Order: sequence, then structure tokens, then C-alpha cells
Amino acid sequence: MTTDDARLRELSAVAWRIRRYAVRMGEVQGQGYVGQALGWADVLAVAYGHALRLRPEDPQWEGRDRFLLSHGHYAIAHYAALIEAGIVPESELETYGSDDSRLPMSGMATYTPGMEISGGSLGQGLAIGVGMALALRHKANPAFVYVSMSDGELDEGAVWEAALSASHWKLANLIVMVDINNQQADGPSSQVLGFEPLADKWRAFGWHVQRIDGNDLAQVLQAFDSARAWPQAQPRVILCDTLMGKGVPFLEQREKNHFIRVDPPEWQQALDILDRNRPEGALA
Amino acid sequence: MSTTASTPRLKTSAMIASIAAEGQRVRAAPFGKALVALAQQRPEIVGLTADLAKYTDLHLFAQAYPERYFQMGMAEQLLLAAAGGMAKEGLLPFATTYAVFATRRAYDFIHQVIAEENLNVKICCALPGLTTGYGPSHQATEDLAMMRAVPGLTLVDPCDALDIEQAVPQIAAHPGPVYMRLLRGNVPMVLDEIEGYRFELGRAKLLRDGDDVLIISSGLLTMRALEVADDLARDRIGVAVLHSPTIKPLDEATILAQVRYKHRLVVVAENHSVVGGLGEAVASALLRHRVQPARFELAGLPDAFLDAGALPTLHERYGISRQALAARIKRWLA
Repeated sequence: MTTDDARLRELSAVAWRIRRYAVRMGEVQGQGYVGQALGWADVLAVAYGHALRLRPEDPQWEGRDRFLLSHGHYAIAHYAALIEAGIVPESELETYGSDDSRLPMSGMATYTPGMEISGGSLGQGLAIGVGMALALRHKANPAFVYVSMSDGELDEGAVWEAALSASHWKLANLIVMVDINNQQADGPSSQVLGFEPLADKWRAFGWHVQRIDGNDLAQVLQAFDSARAWPQAQPRVILCDTLMGKGVPFLEQREKNHFIRVDPPEWQQALDILDRNRPEGALA
Repeated sequence: MSTTASTPRLKTSAMIASIAAEGQRVRAAPFGKALVALAQQRPEIVGLTADLAKYTDLHLFAQAYPERYFQMGMAEQLLLAAAGGMAKEGLLPFATTYAVFATRRAYDFIHQVIAEENLNVKICCALPGLTTGYGPSHQATEDLAMMRAVPGLTLVDPCDALDIEQAVPQIAAHPGPVYMRLLRGNVPMVLDEIEGYRFELGRAKLLRDGDDVLIISSGLLTMRALEVADDLARDRIGVAVLHSPTIKPLDEATILAQVRYKHRLVVVAENHSVVGGLGEAVASALLRHRVQPARFELAGLPDAFLDAGALPTLHERYGISRQALAARIKRWLA
């Protein structure tokens, strides 16, 4: 087995655990953006299981790579990744969305260790990321700023102000991941406000662009490595086509909605399906 | 309309128009100079603008510290969110633009990125209230109303060059977000004539006493209030002036004490709409504490979209010129 194969096997176990944590949190509340979490789990697995430099015991470590969750409603996915990374204790997922929990439904920096920003108002994260990337460069800190965002967010004008700016300032320490699941509140993103050809748009704004299958771990791994290694002084974006509900076929096939409907007995059914497809060697 | 040769036609007051009256003592670019001086001691200070460095006096900082200056382009949402990002990394950003653009265009970015996390960003905005003749697009007549509603945001409305010079190091020393209204260019110098006056963040200061009227004011209306107090003194009307440059948190204790001190007409004078500014903040404090002045009036700008034109014309039209303010007060006293 090659090193890459071993790495991919590890990462598939990471992604599997992230999906499980997210479903368990969804079950606590009986709701949540679990469709997005399942779809985004592979990208989060590579981010937290491979790319990010972190010290789990010190989430504010100055040398850490910053991971900004711009789409705050993906918090359920991000908490799952923070549990996987050892920043949030697994036992805490039982509190998800409950009063006084550190894990509110929408991600906020003031609530959760490892949550860098309050991202609920869509379209703000990239602009914050530009400021952080400029500041890191100013401080001669070599850390990367990763901004996680969604295709629906691209409707917001501030995203494109920030995209222009990142390119203007040649922010090679800025990496953006866009979840293209083609779903937003009122329907398919392409019908709400069409954004294709997306790669061309980012390229025209001066970015290094990759478009990948965001549920193919090998592609995701390769894309993160390429984004970090890209030698030119420009910001980097990874456009990730994903499938909402990925890994749980009945949710993959459910009528697609921003807020996916899950009936009470289905949470356990989803966990059962994930467990039946547990990657070899993965521990829950 | 024809004009005679002896009365020059008043022209629209552009963005660079000074609010100083002819012959008035001024200081040039007090904000820019104060920031340059402070930045020498505080290397974490950075300056950002949205294509308005020259029009907010930030160009002086840009010249002095080019490596600490960030031109963010005409993109106010980006400006304020990026300033927030820099503050998260331990820098101390001063972000400048016009008041209308920061508040009306980037409100959610101030609210969510900066205020919700109590980030150490200083938002310094030119053209407050009615200080340009360009009409509502550039007249920030409701900025304080909007910003007062943001939890944890400190609001400062300085009167003159002295206030601005002294406010800059104090807002920098204050941990947390601040919104400060800027007077830029040739800014009147008035408060140095008040013995012992010093700007103190969070404090209202009595500039002069009087038996008949208490004007509570901020910003350039404090300058007007002092002028009107001189004018009315000639009519044997005693006017006290209480300058409250910090709009939030409001120095309620000093305001209440001054209103209680003598049974007088209380006038709140401000370069801002009568909706949601200093006037309503004072009214709320008086009602909550059951303090009843002889009479209470708001001398702010009307709740309306204001006209374009020359500032002297507009200040007269909307009741905040020296003459118009004096006339309003006399009417209320009658």
C-alpha cells in the first residue's frame, strides 16, 4: 500500500466519524443542517485530518492555520470536525443547540473554541479572511487562512469585493473552499441566482482555481496540497461540487431542500447505514 | 433667479468644504496628525480606508507609515470586515470612510463582524450630519440613530480640532469598537478657549453656566451653542452649555445633575436627525429618572431627506445656523 493509499484510508475514517458526529447532533435537536454536513464532511476531513496546522489543546495558538466558517449554518459540520480534531470534547455533542450550550445552531466565535468567526450573516467570511491574511503577512506569520463558504453565499456582493481585494493584495496565504451543492433557501442555487461559469469568474478575479468532486477524497486531498504548494503570489480557491446528504442514500435522494427533512426514526437509520459502511479500521 | 453683483451666488458645498466660518481659528487635519503622533508609540495601529484617505485626513498616516496603511478600495463592507479580521489578529485598525457609507452600507458588517465580537476597531467617519451640500446620498443625518442601536459600540461626536486631537488617543486606549464622527480639513478650534477643558471619553462637560436655558449638545452644534450663548447674553438671556461628545455610553449622571440644578428650558442641539440621536437619548434618561425640566425641546435636523445646496443656506433652513438656533431658542422661551 502506498503512502497516499494509507493517507486516504485514514481520511475516509475521519470523514466517516465527522458524518457520524453530525448525525448524532442532528438527532439531539431533531433538526439541523445535516444534509450540508454530510456533503461537506470530506472537505472537512481533509482540512482537519490533513491540512490544518493546529494544537488541539491550544485553539488560539498563534501559529495555527485559521479556519473561518463563513456559512455559519454549517456549524453542525464544523463542530463535528472540531470534535474529530480534539478541540471540542465528544461528550459535548449531546448539548448541540440546547440552551447555554457552547454549540449553538449557527456558529459563533464567542461560543465555541476553534470557531474563528461568527459566520451566520452570509458573505462576510471572505472579507474577514482578507483582513486576517493581511494581518498575518504584516506580522510575518506564515499561517494560512482557510475560508469555508457555500455557493449560495456567492449571491452576496461583499464576496466579490473581498475576491477583488485578495487578488489585489496577492494573498497567497488565503485558501477558499466553496461548497457547490446547488441548494439554497429558495431552491437550486443555479435557479435562485445563476453563478456559472464559476471557475472562469474566480480566474478572472485573479485567483488560482481548482474545481473538483468534493466527495472524492483523493481529489480533495490533492487539491488542498496543490493549493498550499502553488508557487505564485495569488489567492487560491477550491470549488467543490458536492452531494447533499452524501453517505446516507435515503437523504441523498430526498427532495433537495436547504433544510433537509429528517423524520425522528430516520436519525438512527442514518447512523445504521453509516455504521454498515464503516471504513475498514475506522473506530467510532 | 437673478443675483445682484454685490451678493455672490452661494454654491453647493462640496465634500472638502470647511465648516469653519470666515476668520475663525482652525487647525488643519487634526485627526490625521493625532493618529500619526499616536502611531509612533503604538506599532499595532494600522490605517484602512475605502478610497477616501484624502477626504478623511488619513493620507497623513499613509505618508508616515506606508507599510501600515491599507487602501481597501471603494468597498465599505470589505473595509469594515477586513478591519475586524485585522483586530482579531491583534492589530489596532482605524478605518475611515464617509459616515453614510460606513453606517448605511456596511451596518451588518459593523454589527456582526466588529461589535458582536467586541473587536478593537475604530471607525472614523467624515461628513457627519449636515456637513456637505450633496444631498441625502452624502448627508449622514441618521448615523447616530443607527449606531446607537448596536450593542457595545462607543459613539463619539467631537466638537472641534481640540476634541479630535484629544479623542484619538483615548478611543485607541479604550478596549472595544468605537464609532467617531470626524471633522476634517480645516477644523474650527473653539474649546481651547474654555479654561480647563479636556476631552474625556464618556464624560459630558459644562462649558458655561446660565440661568434660563441649558443647551445639551454634541459635535459642531456645541460650537453653535457657545455662539448662541454669547448672542443671547446680549439680550440678558443666560444660556448654559453642556457638551456631551460621547453619545454612548451617555454621561447620564452629569446630564441629570445639570437638568436638576436649575429649572430651565432644556434644548438638545445636535447635527443629526431629531430621530434617535442625542436628543432622544437625553429625553429617555430624563423620563426614566423622573427629571422634569421647565420645558424640553429638540434642536436637531428634521426627520426628512434634506436639500442639496450651500451649507450656510442649509444650516439656516434646518435651524442649526447660529442665527436660526438663537431664533428657535427665543421662540421656545417666549
